[in-house]
Amino acid sequence: MSEQVGTVTWINGPVVRAEGSRYVSMMDLVEVGEDQLVGEVIGLNGNVITIQVYEETSGMHPGAPVYDTGLPLSVELAPGLLRSIFDGVQRPLPVIEALSGSFIGRGIHVDSLNREDRWDFTPKLQVGDKVSGGTIIGTVPETEALEHRVMVPPDVQGTLTWIAPAKQYTIDEPIARVETESGEKELTMLQRWPVRRARPYQMRRSMTEPLITGQRVLDTFFPLAKGGTAAIPGAFGSGKTVTQHSIAKWADAQVIVYIGCGERGNEMTEVLQEFPHLVDPRTDRPLMERTVLIANTSNMPVAAREASIYTGITIAEYYRDMGYHVALMADSTSRWAEALREISGRLEELPAEEGYPAYLADRLAEFYERAGHVETLNGQAGSISVVGAVSPPGGDFSEPVTQHTKRFIRCFWALDKSLASARHYPSINWLDSYSEYIEGVASWWRDEVGQDWHAMRAYAMELLSEESRLQQIVKLVGSDTLPDEQRLILETARLLREGFLQQNSFDPVDAYSPVEKQIRMLGLILNFHRHAQRIIKQGALISAIHDLPVVNTMIRMKTLVGNDELEKFDEIQKEIDQQLEQLEAEYV
Amino acid sequence: MSASDLGVNEVLGVSRIEGPLVFVEGIGSVGYDEVVEIIDARGRMRYGRVLEVGEGLAVIEVFAGTSGLSIDGTRIQFTGQPYHIPVAEEMLGRIFDGLGRPIDGGPEPLAERYADINGSPINPTARVYPVDYIQTGISTIDGMNTLLRGQKLPIFSAAGLPHDQLAAQIVRQVALGVPVGQPPAKEQQFSIVFAAMGVKNDVAAYFRESFTESGALTRVTMFLNLADDPPVERLVTPRAALTLAEFLAFEKGMHVLVIMTDMTNYCEALREISNIRGEVPSRKGYPGYLYSDLAALYERTGRIKSSEGSITQLPILTMPNDDITHPVPDLTGYITEGQITLSRDLDHQGIYPPVAVLPSLSRLAKDGIGEGKTRADHSHWASQLFAAYAHVQDVRALASVIGEEELSEVDQQYVRFGKAFEQEVVNQGLTENRSIEATLNIGWRLLSMLPQEELTRVSQSELDEYYKGSA
Repeated sequence: MSEQVGTVTWINGPVVRAEGSRYVSMMDLVEVGEDQLVGEVIGLNGNVITIQVYEETSGMHPGAPVYDTGLPLSVELAPGLLRSIFDGVQRPLPVIEALSGSFIGRGIHVDSLNREDRWDFTPKLQVGDKVSGGTIIGTVPETEALEHRVMVPPDVQGTLTWIAPAKQYTIDEPIARVETESGEKELTMLQRWPVRRARPYQMRRSMTEPLITGQRVLDTFFPLAKGGTAAIPGAFGSGKTVTQHSIAKWADAQVIVYIGCGERGNEMTEVLQEFPHLVDPRTDRPLMERTVLIANTSNMPVAAREASIYTGITIAEYYRDMGYHVALMADSTSRWAEALREISGRLEELPAEEGYPAYLADRLAEFYERAGHVETLNGQAGSISVVGAVSPPGGDFSEPVTQHTKRFIRCFWALDKSLASARHYPSINWLDSYSEYIEGVASWWRDEVGQDWHAMRAYAMELLSEESRLQQIVKLVGSDTLPDEQRLILETARLLREGFLQQNSFDPVDAYSPVEKQIRMLGLILNFHRHAQRIIKQGALISAIHDLPVVNTMIRMKTLVGNDELEKFDEIQKEIDQQLEQLEAEYV
Repeated sequence: MSASDLGVNEVLGVSRIEGPLVFVEGIGSVGYDEVVEIIDARGRMRYGRVLEVGEGLAVIEVFAGTSGLSIDGTRIQFTGQPYHIPVAEEMLGRIFDGLGRPIDGGPEPLAERYADINGSPINPTARVYPVDYIQTGISTIDGMNTLLRGQKLPIFSAAGLPHDQLAAQIVRQVALGVPVGQPPAKEQQFSIVFAAMGVKNDVAAYFRESFTESGALTRVTMFLNLADDPPVERLVTPRAALTLAEFLAFEKGMHVLVIMTDMTNYCEALREISNIRGEVPSRKGYPGYLYSDLAALYERTGRIKSSEGSITQLPILTMPNDDITHPVPDLTGYITEGQITLSRDLDHQGIYPPVAVLPSLSRLAKDGIGEGKTRADHSHWASQLFAAYAHVQDVRALASVIGEEELSEVDQQYVRFGKAFEQEVVNQGLTENRSIEATLNIGWRLLSMLPQEELTRVSQSELDEYYKGSA
């Protein structure tokens, strides 16, 4: 099916030029050289074809043949995606390991998904039913955590003339036939979809449900809605990857797509070794059963890094179309932007800011706009929430990738190097971060958790920003000169920072904090503040309040109170009341 | 001029010479990244590498520089393959130049095989995640920024700071870590591969002497590209060193510690070539692919399932103008698993090693410490010391405005703690090899200078066991 369309004339790293046919199309997948390295057509000029190659081109020489597959770069979509780990162009890394050993060889051609595995297919339709793009034909228990819904490809419409009985099939075997306007079409469980094109849906829905991550600073202070977009920018060592991992572990999405884009090899290995052993608190199944990993580490070919983001989001869209909530993590989008820059540089394009191509913003927008909460073609609600890490050079948020990203996301989790240095994790700065989903998800909190989250959050934020103002004064003259009412604000803010915002992602209890626990903790601290404020007005000393044993209890309550013993908070509340009332009695 | 059919492709005469680059026309089939032998009019041979190929044209970087090459008198032979070096276990104890040729007067090593210096990326599924700590005997590393086997942890230094001494001390003391209470591991379990890029002659001599004195020389291989050696060779030196390291670790099952100094010189060589080629620069004139290029070096670290061995990297770089946001330390920090940062301030106070604790970090430490690895309290201990010492910085800033006497009682305790921390935890002798237990105990002794209610990062049971202060 591949025919020779040209010969190589020029090679510069991952960018190759060839001369030949004028019938090759833009974005076609091509194979280059005797090793048949995979590449993509990124430019055409007369009979000169410019190709970005997804593998190392070392040793390639002019005169090497170029073959056209006639297809755009696509991913395979079928049961078997979950629990897999792919490279940036969806080649399964375990299969590559079996073929070429511990080091990744070149020119390896393998199927993305296993062709021998048999899946339990249960039909959901009958002959004569009308079907169109997205219609669910049947289901497959892909993992114990997730039912895979086999859908009609988006471009097929007609009447079902045959459907396979409930039995095991491979993804290549026919499971249905559809009579369409252009003749009868045979369907298998396998679909292909070009990665650079968004999969269709009916319409967008509003975003009112938060993506619960179990991270207090995110859920309570800067929530991300299901279908929303967030960015985590931060200098190196500020905790981007740990935050991304925490979200991948605990987010209440049904499917997680994790893209390690130009990052460390050991980090992907960590995920691979950890996730099969971690249990999803909602399904009681290993986290790996809902996870698809894409690993194109920093030393793997740069063009495949550019493609990895699209590979990931196309897989996410496929699960969204089944009616699932998907969370996609991209770590890091800056490495992806650098891949764009590197290829652009080798193409000798005119650079815009800091060497990045002028179309950087367009590409970022295209990517983030593929997130969303939608009504799928089959009428269900599905969503993709995207969390992109950004690695600004020198931690300087004014650089182009951070700035352009800010235009297309609505939730900004700014990591702070000075918090990280003091080992305050997650080191998300509460004054620089923001979320535009707060109003949208407020009613969810009211209905589902039953507390006035919106007002509590606003009050806590007010205290924290007041603290930051007071700290300016403290830095100049020390805290002793402040009136006790203001020193109480410092004390409460300390409780918020150490007792609430700080969260240890490696502690078995503290790693995941249910929303009910979050709101109880916040409530306790704020009640304490109001009560203490009252008795300070009556003349109690701040030092006496600071020394109350219950202050220490509040700082430790995140680990003292297990996630399934929230009634213990009643006791702590009682202690707070008792100790403050006792103090009050001394002064009244 | 003509492509011979005998496997080696040879041309006579080049069309242009510019800096370290040679442009050749009229060639046959030449591969990208292939190595070439360049013979000048007097018959002397030097190596080069193909950077770019087009129909009938190749751009070649010449490792030893282009002086002495002429347009007509130069002969170029294309070898048809990327740069390879011989690798063998017997290369331990030997000294090579930046291209891997012996310079210690000994014979060419007997190659067990020839390996492409570019290596191949390790498949993430073939890796084994590092969990075993390495004892360096240095408190600020073992205690607070624990180094694991298979980790890459650079030293961020600057001109005039004792990074060489620190690296040499680590080489002398390095040992496999054992939990507190178990007998220390045998010595000399590590093989060392040392790559020098553009360092001064006396620095190389310092390392050689230090290795000789400690008896480490027999398990060290040195690749030396000195300051007066051709800069282009610097691009090969770390690759040659890592190629040998991979052979020793993954084929011979050794634990290999790779020291590369100075990465800043390497990056400058890369910038030089990029500029001459007229590439679009990104920050500070460095090429846009600096990140990918550095990653191709740093990622050649780790452990794999098919071998017992490991590669641990300790690259050293000097931050130009002490600026940690300079592209070289910045991109390095994004690739490596943490960093040990040295501080000029501590150095001025006579503290050795002058490790700036707060901006230092070991990302993998969490997985290599604690019960059964070091000691159960280690993780909380480190977190508490970091938090307390971070607070010391705030208190010092305040004291510099209002004076130390005006500080509250607790803050004064912090001031005393901070001083003691720098003097007793950070500061240690050039030959002092501290066990992990000694480090943990010193830390607890200092934490006991603070009131118990300040120590919120450690658990009550840990306080009961180790806290010695007044409650």
